[in-house]
Amino acid sequence: MSEIIGLTLVSIGLLFDFFGCFGLIRFPDVFNRLQAATKCVTLGTCFILVGTFVYLGPGAIGIKALIALAFIVVTTPTAAHAISRASHAAGVELDESTVVDKYAEEKD
Amino acid sequence: MTTFGFFYLVLLACVFMCLYRIGRGPTVPDRIVAIDILGVVIVGFCALLSMDTGQDVYMIVGISWALIGFIGSLALAKHLEGKSFDE
Repeated sequence: MSEIIGLTLVSIGLLFDFFGCFGLIRFPDVFNRLQAATKCVTLGTCFILVGTFVYLGPGAIGIKALIALAFIVVTTPTAAHAISRASHAAGVELDESTVVDKYAEEKD
Repeated sequence: MTTFGFFYLVLLACVFMCLYRIGRGPTVPDRIVAIDILGVVIVGFCALLSMDTGQDVYMIVGISWALIGFIGSLALAKHLEGKSFDE
């Protein structure tokens, strides 16, 4: 039973990973790509790691999967925030279809 | 094809999409984002490998890849902002 639940969780995570990386290709802008890829891939990898924990039980691999999940949840959004801030400061052009840029208005 | 073979193929498709963005990306932050995302996808790959083979070495590789990828992304972001590493 736990094997079926674990494989289902891994499948959901792979779906999130796939659509996140697809957004990395299809979106027009650095910030849009960051938005799509970071959120979807973080959630998908968390689903894969939880699926590993459920599939194998709380053994040597399961506990390590939970530790990796904690690191992923903390580190990936932080890195994305730093990259978006740095690329805005470095003067990367926004896409033409962008409606509002609150951060540039705040900085002035 | 086995179940895990199908899982590996889906993750390989994700890896190739990230590699496309690394090679093609018009600006530098595009490439940095793609490298960051590639690291997270590889952590999932390591989890699948240790599920398949039952060895916990792959999971250790995944944990260390997550941490080192985070430090690398932060360093690249600092460099992009035009600061040195200690300010």
